[in-house]
Amino acid sequence: MNDNDIVLKVEDIHKSFGGVEVLRGVSFDVRRGETKVFIGPSGTGKSTLLRCINQLTIPDRGRVWLDGEEVTNSGARINYFRQKIGMVFQNFFLFDHLTALKNVELALLKVKGMGRAEAREKALTELRQVGMEEWADHYPAELSGGQAQRVSIARALAMDPDVILFDEPTSALDPELTREVLEVMKKLAREGMTMLVVTHEMGFACSVANEILFMENGVVAEQGSPDLLLNDPRFTRMKDFIGRIDSRMHD
Amino acid sequence: MDQAVFLFDILLPALMQGLVITLQLIACSAPFGLALGIAVAVGRQYGHPAISWLCKTFVFLIKGTPLLLLLFILYFGLPSVGITLTAFAASVLGFILCNGAYNAEYVRGALISIKDGQMIAAQALGMTRWQAIRSVILPQALRRAIPGLSNEFIYLIKYSSLAYMITVIELSGAGKLVATKYFTYTESCAVVGIVYLVLVSITTVAVNLLESRVAVPGTTRAATAAQL
Repeated sequence: MNDNDIVLKVEDIHKSFGGVEVLRGVSFDVRRGETKVFIGPSGTGKSTLLRCINQLTIPDRGRVWLDGEEVTNSGARINYFRQKIGMVFQNFFLFDHLTALKNVELALLKVKGMGRAEAREKALTELRQVGMEEWADHYPAELSGGQAQRVSIARALAMDPDVILFDEPTSALDPELTREVLEVMKKLAREGMTMLVVTHEMGFACSVANEILFMENGVVAEQGSPDLLLNDPRFTRMKDFIGRIDSRMHD
Repeated sequence: MDQAVFLFDILLPALMQGLVITLQLIACSAPFGLALGIAVAVGRQYGHPAISWLCKTFVFLIKGTPLLLLLFILYFGLPSVGITLTAFAASVLGFILCNGAYNAEYVRGALISIKDGQMIAAQALGMTRWQAIRSVILPQALRRAIPGLSNEFIYLIKYSSLAYMITVIELSGAGKLVATKYFTYTESCAVVGIVYLVLVSITTVAVNLLESRVAVPGTTRAATAAQL
């Protein structure tokens, strides 16, 4: 692997909220086409980390590069980088007053400056990607959670991002709907999309992740392939964490 | 004098002239009052701290001033600093300021009610704050502000009668003149009242149509709430 393959570089990110240090120096590189999964207890800064990458939250310290250009401290150019860094949220955040199609079209028209016909074509293509083309004219309130999340994935895809950040994309969904969203994400991973995923879905992490980053207390505590973290006796903390989840589920 | 003759030959023609003036006052005030309200609400909510303070102060001052006093200042007071407005222009300006200040509060309430996620999602796509406000936040907020804004529009219909106090012979003024001249207060005022009632009824129907027309499918809150 040469350095040109590194699409996103995150270096020493720190962030505090009201005196509580949520992120205490997180660094990692993301290669093109790679899927990294972030696992860890609640409140360890996983979501904050994603938001620091596209500067929805401004980190106190640390830098982020996309394709060799610095995203942090980029001033007004941040809107250019945000097009290139897609984001999918736990609660979808679809624009409530717009149809599925218009949700996907909006940024194409306003940010990319596409013409109406071209934007519509592109939006329909992305909706087809996530299996939502037939629902193009429906409004968010008429969609199930799984459908809404798939539309929001299409909305992110439409910008042709270099990387997509998934912030607990299935945490608001029941198991059945979770499955349909994970299927879409697996498909994207297979097709070579670069993805950073914060999730509690261990099955997804193990089958899709090139690397798992186990976060605890604002730092990456363990980092490696799923196989390594699950089977190598030198790594214990993620296994402990999973064990705690499992025993809670079996109680 | 015959009641029918009084009604059809004297009162109604006079009121018709007054009604035209009233409608002109409303037509000149309401669009700018709405625009001012939206601008002040957005400025207060999303503007630079100085702009925000300015908007807040504007609303505070207008809310704290009787409209009649405002009209007196605009019509009788401003000439002393070299600005002379016609009575009609002074009325319209007063109504715009008053309507704008109250509209701003309705719109601000609606802006606050839009969840942060809408702005976050828009910004995550690379939209500027202004683009997000215009394309995502305002279209949703204005839908929610319709009941309040229509309320304020109905107030405007009625407080447009204050223009009479600075010599604009609008609907109420026309009625008052007829009432005084023929000493027919009961009849004149009753008919004037009915005309206002008709104006307000038309507004109410129009607002209902507008609301159902811009309603977002799937968000039938009113229907749901009624079942709970």
